[in-house]
Amino acid sequence: MRRFALIAIPYFWLLALFLVPFAIVFKISLSDIALSIPPYLPQLDLAKGWEGFTKFLGALDFENFEFLMMDDLYYKAYLSSLKIAAISTFLTLLIGYPIAYAMTRAGEEWRPTLLMLVILPFWTSFLIRVYAWIGILGQEGFLNQTLMFLGLTSEPLIILNTPIAVYIGIVYTYLPFMILPIYSALEKLDNSLLEAAEDLGCSRITAFWLVTFPLSRGGIIAGCFLVFIPTLGEFVIPSLLGGSNTLMIGKVLWDEFFSNRDWPLASAVAVILLLILIIPIILFQRNEQKQRESEG
Amino acid sequence: MRRLTWFNTTSLTLGFAFLYLPMVILVIYSFNSSKLVTVWAGFSTKWYGELMRNEAFLDAAWVTIKVAVLSSTFATVLGTLAAYVLVRAGRFWGRTLFSGMIYAPLVMPEVITGLSLLLLFIGIGLDRGVMTIVLAHTTFSMCYVSVVVSSRLATFDMSLEEAALDLGSTPFEAFRLVTLPIIAPAVISGWLLAFTLSLDDLVIASFTSGPSATTLPIKIFSAVRLGVSPEINALSTIMIAMVTIGVISASLISKRAAVRQRLEEQQAVRS
Amino acid sequence: MSEALRPVFAPWNDPDEKPLIQFKNVTKRFGDFTAIDDLTIDIFEREFFALLGPSGCGKTTLMRMLAGFETPSEGTILLSGQDIAPIPPNKRAVNMMFQSYALFPHLSVWENIAFGLKREGIKGDALNGRVDEMLRLTRLERFEKRKPHQISGGQRQRVALARSLAKAPKLLLLDEPLGALDKKLRQDTQFELMDIQEKTGTTFVIVTHDQEEAMTVASRIAVMDEGRMIQVDTPARIYEAPNTVYVADFIGDVNIIDGRATPSGEQVQIAWGEGMSDITGTTDASFEKGDQVHLAIRPEKVSISVEKPDDTPNAFQGKVVDIAYLGNLSTYHVEMPNGQIIKAQSANTRRLSRRAITWDDTVWISFTATAGVLLKR
Repeated sequence: MRRFALIAIPYFWLLALFLVPFAIVFKISLSDIALSIPPYLPQLDLAKGWEGFTKFLGALDFENFEFLMMDDLYYKAYLSSLKIAAISTFLTLLIGYPIAYAMTRAGEEWRPTLLMLVILPFWTSFLIRVYAWIGILGQEGFLNQTLMFLGLTSEPLIILNTPIAVYIGIVYTYLPFMILPIYSALEKLDNSLLEAAEDLGCSRITAFWLVTFPLSRGGIIAGCFLVFIPTLGEFVIPSLLGGSNTLMIGKVLWDEFFSNRDWPLASAVAVILLLILIIPIILFQRNEQKQRESEG
Repeated sequence: MRRLTWFNTTSLTLGFAFLYLPMVILVIYSFNSSKLVTVWAGFSTKWYGELMRNEAFLDAAWVTIKVAVLSSTFATVLGTLAAYVLVRAGRFWGRTLFSGMIYAPLVMPEVITGLSLLLLFIGIGLDRGVMTIVLAHTTFSMCYVSVVVSSRLATFDMSLEEAALDLGSTPFEAFRLVTLPIIAPAVISGWLLAFTLSLDDLVIASFTSGPSATTLPIKIFSAVRLGVSPEINALSTIMIAMVTIGVISASLISKRAAVRQRLEEQQAVRS
Repeated sequence: MSEALRPVFAPWNDPDEKPLIQFKNVTKRFGDFTAIDDLTIDIFEREFFALLGPSGCGKTTLMRMLAGFETPSEGTILLSGQDIAPIPPNKRAVNMMFQSYALFPHLSVWENIAFGLKREGIKGDALNGRVDEMLRLTRLERFEKRKPHQISGGQRQRVALARSLAKAPKLLLLDEPLGALDKKLRQDTQFELMDIQEKTGTTFVIVTHDQEEAMTVASRIAVMDEGRMIQVDTPARIYEAPNTVYVADFIGDVNIIDGRATPSGEQVQIAWGEGMSDITGTTDASFEKGDQVHLAIRPEKVSISVEKPDDTPNAFQGKVVDIAYLGNLSTYHVEMPNGQIIKAQSANTRRLSRRAITWDDTVWISFTATAGVLLKR
C-alpha cells in the first residue's frame, strides 16, 4: 500500500501536468478561433450533458491542420527549423567534441577546474548569454568594431538578424549540453585500450578513430539529442538574433499565440511539432536507458 | 602534469575563450558611460544606479525569486520521490510511461510545454499568477532533479539500507536516517539546478504568468527586443557575478572536503 | 568399554533438544533459476553453524531468507517454532553482519553501534551502558567518536560485529565476515569470533567459501552445492567421514581412487587397475559384487617409504613425479603403474635428512584398510 502511494504521487502529478495538457492541446487544435475568453470555440460545457458533448464533438474539425498544410509559411518554417537544428547540432558536435576530448587528456588536477569552467556558463542565465551576442554581432557591435579596427574589413558585416547569428547563438548556448555527455563517456574510457591499440600497431590518429570515437558513441548520441530536440522548437534565439529573415517554428507558434491570438492554430502547430519530435524523443530515451544499463 | 598536444591545448583555449568572451564583453560594456552600449565613452557605474532605482525591475526580481524558491523546493521533493521510484520500485504497471514522462521534459521545446500548461490552467479555470508559474516550473524542474538524484541513488550501496532495516528501522526511517543524509549532496544540487532553471525561464513563464506576476526574464526580454540597453548589461553583470561566486565557492568547498576525507583515510590506515 | 564423560556440545544428537531454526522443504526460485532446492535442516541454539560452498551454491540466499530480505518460494522457515516468513526484517530477532560491513558513513562508531538500540526506543543510561559494553567486547573504546573512514579495515569489521550484537539477537548471521582481512588478521579474528560467540551464547550462522575458516570456527558445517546441503556434520566427521566424493574433494586434499568392489567378509576388495593387486578397505555401507566404488583417502594417511613395508595390507610401488615442499610438510606425487597419481604426505620430522626422497625415486606407498572411506558417489 505504501509502495503504491510512493509511486502514485509523482506519477499522477506528471500525468496531470505533463500528459493531460498535451491532450488539451490536441483538442484545442481542433477548435476554431473566437472572440471570447478563452478565445476558442467550442467549449465543453458539462452542464449541457450528453447532447452538449456530442455538439461539442461536432464542432471540432481539422480546419487548422488543413490550413497549415496549405499555407506556405508553415511547412517552410518546419523545414527551416529542421535544417537549422540539424546544422547547429552538427556544428556543436564539431566544436564540442575536441573540447571534451582535450579535457580528458588534461592532467587529473585540472579536471575539476575545467569541469567547473564548462558548467559555469550553464548556470548563467541563458537569456543573458544570448543577449550578449546582440551587442557583439550588431552593425556597431564588438565584432565589427574589432574587424574594422584591425583593418580586416572596411564595411560592417551584417550578421545580426540573419541565420548565421542564429547558428552562432545556438552553438554558443547549447555547447555545454554537448560537452558534458561526451566528456562523461570519454572519461569512463579505459586508457589501457588505447595503449593496446598502439601496441598492436595503430598510430595515434587511427587509435582515436578505431577505439576512442566508437566507444564515445553513447555520449555523442546523447549530446546530439540534447541539442537537436530543443533547438527544433527554439524561440528565444531566433527571436533575438534571427530577425524576420529567420524562420523557425518556435517563433511561428509564439507569434500565432501572442500576436495573432489564434490559439487553435498555435495548438495545431504544436501538435505537428510534437509529432515530428516523438521519434527523436523515444530514441533519446532508449539511448539514456542503454547508457544507464551499461553502467549499472 | 601531463603535457597536452598543441591540438588539445588550442581546442581548450579557443573553446573556453568562445564560451567566456561574450560574457566578459557584456560585463565591460556595463561600465560604459555611453548609452550606445557598444561605443565606448568612458568608465561609469551610473547604469547600476539606474537599475537600483528601477521599480519595475526590482518587483520582477522579487517575484522571480519567490517563484524560484517555491518551485525548486516542490520540485526537489517530487523529483527525489520520482528518482526513488525509478531506481527502487522495480517493475510496475505503467513503468515505461512513467520513465518517459520523466525524461521527455528534459528535451521538450519550451513553447510546447508552456502552451500546453496554459491551456490546462484555462481549461480548469485556474487564474494565472504566481501560483501557475510555480506549478509549471515545478513540473519541468522535477524531471531535472529526478535525473540528478536517480543517478546518485543508482550507485548507492543498498546494503546500507538493508543494515538499517536489519537493525530495526522501518523503511521510512531507513530512508530518513541513512539514505537521505548520504545522498544529500545530490539532492542539494538538484535543488540548485531547479532554482537556476526557474530563475532563468522565459518561455514557460510567458505562457503561464498573469498580469500580476511579471518575472525578471519576461522584463528583460521585452527590454531586449528593442536592442541593447546598458541597464540590462548592468543587471547581467550582477547575475553573472552571483553565479560565479556561487559556483566557485561550491567548487572550493567540495574540493576542501575531498582533501580532508582523503587525509583522514590515510591517517586511519596508519593508526 | 567406558568413555571419559566430557560434556560435548552436540544438541543435534539430543532428541529432546528443540531447534532454534527449522527449514522445512524450503525452495527458492529466481525466475527459471532454483537457488535453494527442497532444503530441510535444523539449527540449534548456541551453534556456530557454517554454510560452506562455491559461488552460486545458495548459501547467501539461505542467509538472506533468515534475515528477511528474501522470502521462500515454497516451504516454511521457523524461528523458535514461529513461522518468520510474514515478519519483515526490521521486526525479527535476527541481526546480520554484512560482507561489506555496511557501516553508516555519516555516523560515528558509537552512533553506528547505538543505531539498532535506538530503534527499539532504548535511551539514556541503558543505551550508554549497552554501547559501552559492546565497545569493550570488541576493544574499540578508543575509536568511539571516529567515523568509518577514519579507522582501519580490521577496526571496521569489529564495529560491524559490535553493531550486530548490540541488540543481543537470538541469531547472528555473518556473511563472509573475514574475506577482506589479510591472513594473519583473519586467523586472530576467527578465534575472537569463537570467544565472543561462546561468551554471549548467541547462535551464529556464517557463510564462507573458505574451508579452513569453516573448519576452525564451526560446530557444524553444511557443505552446499546447487541449492542443496550435501552433508551436514561436525568438522571432524566432514573431514574424516565425507559422504560423497564432492564433500571429500571440497575439504582439504584427497586422493580419489575409482574401482570395482568385491565384498569379502568384513572387508571389501577393490579392483582398481590392470596388473595391480586389490586394495583392501572397510566400510559401514554395503556393496554388491561389481559395484562401482570410490575410495577417498587423505594424503596424510598414505605413508611413503623407500623399502616395501611389511604387514600393511595396501602397499604399492610407484615413481615420484612431483614434490610440494611446504616447510612443515612435504606432499609427494607418486605415479602408479596404471598412470594414476597418488598423493602421500609426511611431516618433515628430521631437520636435515640424508635419506630424503627425491624426484624419480622408486618408492612404496602404503595405507591401512581403515585409512580411506568407501563412497558410492
